Amino acid sequence: MISESAISNTKSLKKNGSSLQKRETFAAWSFCALPLFFLLLFLLTPFIIAFVISFTDQRLISNPNLPTQFIALRNFLRLFSSPSFHQALLNTFVFAVVVVPLQTFLALLLAVLVNQKLRFINLFRTIYFSPVVTTMVVVSVIWYFLYNPGEGLINQMISFISFGKLGPYNWLKDTASALPAIMILSVWQGVGFQMVIYLAGLQGIPDELYEAGRVDGANSWQQFWQITIPQLRNTTIFVIISTTILAFKLFTQVWVMTKGGPQGATKTIIVLLYEEGFKMLRVGYASAIGVLFFLIVLAVSLIQRVYLKEERAVI
Amino acid sequence: MTSVDVAVKNSQRFSFKFSKNISTTLNYLLLIVVALFFLFPIVFMFVSSIKNNETQIIRDMSSISAFIPYGDLGLKNYFDVFKQMPFGRFMFNSVFIVGSTVLTGLVLNSMIAYALARLRFKGRGLILSFIIALIIIPTEVVVIPLLLMVNRIGWLDSYQVQIVPFIVDAFSIFLFYQFFIGLPKSLDEAAKIDGANPFQVYWKIIVPLSKPVFATVAILQFLFRWGDFLWPLMVTRGYEYRPLPVAIQQFFSQDPKVWGDIFAFASMVTIPSLIIFLLFQKWFLRSVASSGIKG
Repeated sequence: MISESAISNTKSLKKNGSSLQKRETFAAWSFCALPLFFLLLFLLTPFIIAFVISFTDQRLISNPNLPTQFIALRNFLRLFSSPSFHQALLNTFVFAVVVVPLQTFLALLLAVLVNQKLRFINLFRTIYFSPVVTTMVVVSVIWYFLYNPGEGLINQMISFISFGKLGPYNWLKDTASALPAIMILSVWQGVGFQMVIYLAGLQGIPDELYEAGRVDGANSWQQFWQITIPQLRNTTIFVIISTTILAFKLFTQVWVMTKGGPQGATKTIIVLLYEEGFKMLRVGYASAIGVLFFLIVLAVSLIQRVYLKEERAVI
Repeated sequence: MTSVDVAVKNSQRFSFKFSKNISTTLNYLLLIVVALFFLFPIVFMFVSSIKNNETQIIRDMSSISAFIPYGDLGLKNYFDVFKQMPFGRFMFNSVFIVGSTVLTGLVLNSMIAYALARLRFKGRGLILSFIIALIIIPTEVVVIPLLLMVNRIGWLDSYQVQIVPFIVDAFSIFLFYQFFIGLPKSLDEAAKIDGANPFQVYWKIIVPLSKPVFATVAILQFLFRWGDFLWPLMVTRGYEYRPLPVAIQQFFSQDPKVWGDIFAFASMVTIPSLIIFLLFQKWFLRSVASSGIKG
């Protein structure tokens, strides 16, 4: 009897331990269940559907007389031979190639500028960041007015600075200047975000490094190039990659200001995706654009992983 | 020390102080010029919005008077907007959509992150890598199939279509996870010995210690969601569920453009987010900084 109860006691102890583990597993899964369900339903499922229907001629409102068909790579082949896709791809790349280095460089300059120990410096940080909290649609509306042809404020400023030699330009209506015009306001709106990331990077550099540099007789210019820039390596990679991905997503400014015009001069990948998928209802074709867009973004982040090596690389 | 030495010393000190003063002044000058560059469009918008006379706005746009509030000033443009458009409705829509997305998101995203960071269970590693892999998928890639899905279930033109798909966010989960994993393990152990279950540990111990990460996620999500344009443009038709960014774009697209009214509309969209930013500016800057630092 005694030995039996002892056995059952240890059994119940063991049971207790494993039931505690079971309870933890149960709790964990009940924490995970709903969020996982949402991710599967609203992110993974449409993501897979995008791949699947990019091989079909699916339309948004399906026609009962014309069932959706598997058309293999026809969407992609059509895209590759479509002049408007070429133009969208080119515009998006040009936008990224100009805006990313420009914005990263300016963000670093601004960060250095507001990293000084001066009175009211917080006020300046706040001001430089304020365009970030101004909705992009509002920003686009304001700049549309500033870019007004002829008498617009930007034209007047340029003419004033150049003593009347330059301008007036027909900013958003001219195929040569429409994309640059959108670049300028994009940098204006977004640079504060990267500035703050750089500021955190600058403040993370240990003071001892600069002290050592001073002892070695480095002037502030040398200190900047020999200490600051190398120490900001990871911050810079992060800023460049995240800005690149944002640049590839260019849509809002373009849609508000030019709708991709004039003559496709500001058409981007996402503008094309929106037009094909939403305006033309060609969902299969638009999904093919989406798939290619994803592959570009993926390639960009893989490059990041190569450069960051051992560091955690997440966008 | 001779008087000459003292004089030399003094003049050196003076020139040092003097050059320091000059460099400080130049610094401030630079800071102010850059500040003007960032401020001028916003000031221009606010000033124009209170000019009652439309022809004055057009006339002023080519000179410095664009930034000077003078002439017939008032809120006429603002009243005009309210007469033409249910502005209050748009504002409510935006606040409701962004507010419920962010708040529900804080709960769900932090709960799964807590399970992944603090509980031991089979499949933990798998779920974690799955979520980190999902961060890479841009919304733009899934909008078209998502449109197809919500169209099937009749969600077009509704609040839920703008809220539900965006509540759970892989990047937010990751931010929570990173924070939770850094809290000392002994905290939960002690609570467990006291008989607390995992939910109590989450609610009574982890959440109160994690205010900074909650603020970060809330602010970043607010920034991203408040300006959302592509998705609401696709899924809203009438005034009823339309959020501010789409509303102002459509108000702006109408011809002929009445700029006073457009600027009044734009100002009313900007003022709330600007006020929230100014109230919590330290948190905003900190949140943005922490979104990148560990990247």
